[in-house]
Amino acid sequence: MAITPNPYKTTGALGWIDDRFPLTKMWKEHLSEYYAPKNFNFWYFFGSLALLVLVNQLLTGIFLTMHYKPGAETAFDSVEYIMRDVPWGNVIRYMHSTGASAFFVVVFMHMFRGLMYGSYQKPRELIWVFGALIFLVLMAEAFCGYVLPWGNMSYWGAAVIINLFGTIPFIGPDLVVWIQGDFVPSDATLNRLFSIHVIALPFVLVGLVVAHILALHEVGSNNPDGVEIKKNKDPATGIPKDGIPFHPYYTVKDLVGVAGFLIIFCAVIFFMPDGGGYFLEAPNFTPASQTNTPEHITPAWYFGTYYAMLRATPSFAGTQIWGVIVMGAAVVILFFVPWLDKSKVKSIRYKGVLSKTALGIFAVNFVVLNYYGLQPPSALVQLVSQIGTVIYFAFFLLMPWYSAAETTKPVPDRVTE
Amino acid sequence: MSNEGVDGNRRRFLTAATSVFGAAGAAAVAWPFLASLKPSAKARALGAPVIADISTLEPGMRATYLWRGQPIWIVRRTPEMLAGLDKVAGQLVDPDSKTQQQPAYITDKSRALKPEFMVMKGVCTHLGCSPILRADHPAPEIDTNWQGGFFCPCHGSKFDLAGRVYKGVPAPSNIIVPPHRYEGDTVVVIGEDPKTA
Amino acid sequence: MNLLMNQTLTRLARAAVVAAGALVANVAGANAGVELLPFTADSGNTASVQRGARNFMAYCSGCHSLKYLRYNRMAEDLNIPDDVLKKNLMFTSDKAGDPIKVAMPAASEQWFGRVPPDLSLETRARGANWVYTYLLSFYLDESRPLGVNNTVLVGASMPHVLWELQGWQKKAEHKAEGEHGGEHHGGSAFEKVTEGSLKPAEYEAFVGDLVNFLDYASEPGKQARISLGLKVMLYLFGLLVLTYLLKKEFWRDVH
Repeated sequence: MAITPNPYKTTGALGWIDDRFPLTKMWKEHLSEYYAPKNFNFWYFFGSLALLVLVNQLLTGIFLTMHYKPGAETAFDSVEYIMRDVPWGNVIRYMHSTGASAFFVVVFMHMFRGLMYGSYQKPRELIWVFGALIFLVLMAEAFCGYVLPWGNMSYWGAAVIINLFGTIPFIGPDLVVWIQGDFVPSDATLNRLFSIHVIALPFVLVGLVVAHILALHEVGSNNPDGVEIKKNKDPATGIPKDGIPFHPYYTVKDLVGVAGFLIIFCAVIFFMPDGGGYFLEAPNFTPASQTNTPEHITPAWYFGTYYAMLRATPSFAGTQIWGVIVMGAAVVILFFVPWLDKSKVKSIRYKGVLSKTALGIFAVNFVVLNYYGLQPPSALVQLVSQIGTVIYFAFFLLMPWYSAAETTKPVPDRVTE
Repeated sequence: MSNEGVDGNRRRFLTAATSVFGAAGAAAVAWPFLASLKPSAKARALGAPVIADISTLEPGMRATYLWRGQPIWIVRRTPEMLAGLDKVAGQLVDPDSKTQQQPAYITDKSRALKPEFMVMKGVCTHLGCSPILRADHPAPEIDTNWQGGFFCPCHGSKFDLAGRVYKGVPAPSNIIVPPHRYEGDTVVVIGEDPKTA
Repeated sequence: MNLLMNQTLTRLARAAVVAAGALVANVAGANAGVELLPFTADSGNTASVQRGARNFMAYCSGCHSLKYLRYNRMAEDLNIPDDVLKKNLMFTSDKAGDPIKVAMPAASEQWFGRVPPDLSLETRARGANWVYTYLLSFYLDESRPLGVNNTVLVGASMPHVLWELQGWQKKAEHKAEGEHGGEHHGGSAFEKVTEGSLKPAEYEAFVGDLVNFLDYASEPGKQARISLGLKVMLYLFGLLVLTYLLKKEFWRDVH
């Protein structure tokens, strides 16, 4: 079956391109004739914002790499070189470090939107799965990136996380040495994490984002009411009655979101780039030292929830692998949400009181766990983290029951404002 | 849909205004990235002017300094060497140094602020080799009328003691004179222009 | 946008940043177990930072390097003319483009048991209030090789370089808890043994200048980024207004 190029029969320079490359086709399919529900709200800003932050990380990352020198002897100095000697180096560095934190804020909000409105339900399961993969890769990318300045927290954070692999039975210790390329995190480790951070994972990330968006556009966007707009098309045009073309309506609306986001983003960059010690941590302004462990080794703030679960899980049968398993399961369980939610209804607006309560508790619990994951260990921290871990898993594991058992509200045919 | 006519103008205006405002912002964001490629403070420090103390330089001798990664020669020319410059003028591509291979304030025919001291890069203008000083003369193997100068071993280019290039050699132009100034009589600051009064 | 408004806004922004920093700095310090004196660095106070630079070069640069800071950068940021720089502040190099290094780092390891650390990032790593309290907390202690100890960094290898200015103090006999008012010198109350050439308030100001300088040294670009930030915020608010109007205009089509 031959595909005819340039189905829109454009002419001129555009026509020359369209005869050879589906430019106008892509423009129409994904922008000017991609019909999105007209009732997108605040929670729908975060997809385009995530894309913006991704572009920011790539751009600032490219320019940082022009001056950064990977290597245990040179990395720390090269970061200070960027901060002081490279024209505008400090601004570019802050854009990158703030962008890393912004990425997680935006992605957490984006994921929460998905949970709220049931955006993972059929036929959008694959969009959600790609998204979960993006989340996983993003965490790995952030971890690798944090090691690169080779500050003291970079070093010890790397040591702790890589040592988690050491809990795997039989192969653990050898695996750690293989990952590190040395007996302790060292120059060899730093160099390979640099390669992973700058080349390997960015490629994977961009590929997954493309897949994520293609999967979305294949089935069309969900909306806060969970109503399928394709079920109500105008008989003459075939366009969903509640649909509006993404361009210009959502391009223009997303610009407002961008402006608002940039205000917060730039306020941080220019007025408090250290983020109160959470975005650029104080111990990391000291070079890595194998003999001088920081008082409290904390992961970056966005790993707090998962770190809390890791620490909350006690050692059993002489191994600490259970904590690793629990932490891993906490991320993996996300992949299964499309099949855990048995509700006939997509959006939280029409779900029953059980789902609403569960989601509310989940959100609060996530934040609380995040806070406790960053505190120095204590009996209280341990207790709260353990309760929080149970609540976290209960949200997912009980979902097949509460999403099916509850009374839902009737879902309208057409979207509401 | 509303009446397009009135809205159309407002729409066009707002689109244009936002686009222009946004483009200005985009340019302002692009600038730091481009500027970050300029020489850093480290590069500028390494490329900083070099102080050359020529008080101990004997007549006929050459001192070598490193500036911005390249050799800079200061040759103390004898009166005989200076006289020889006129004798070879006819064999040179650009005896009056019309092509700006030297700063604008070097106007003397001997291509120096003080004719006695020739300040020049030790780099052949052909492909960048470092020529050999051949102050001795006669040297028929180099040239029948050799009055002293520089001979580049890589491809045979020849220059006189003012760095001016001979005709018929691969090098196209006179050897570059770097910016420099005098601090008193015995110190040359290589890399800085003379201070204008 | 006139200059006065710009300056006022810049000062406001600086004050806000300093206040935010104070909040954070005190949180950071509290974890150390030693009560740190409240001090908020203000590297925007150029006069203070200039005095601090002089103080540093006079008393600290013999042992402590600032290897990430170049002389000419310091001169440019602090409005120090070239000749003043060379005469009063450059002791370890004659090239203004060079970083501020120490003459004999290896020898000091012999004398003190360890190499005095570089201080380029000290206030960022430990907090300005830590450094401030540290310099006020040396006390006489015969059990130490150099005869001094420090309540903020117990077992410090550093001598009390500023003893001539502060004088000597020893740990107070009585417990310090519940004491309010009066003068604190350091995390726990001290008793003066010998007077220094500076009165206590003058010494604190001296140390304050020094810490402001170190705060500057830890991020020379700080003031420039804050003032640029103001312009950026102004632009972005303008962008927000424009994009909002644009959105509203297009969305009139949507019902």
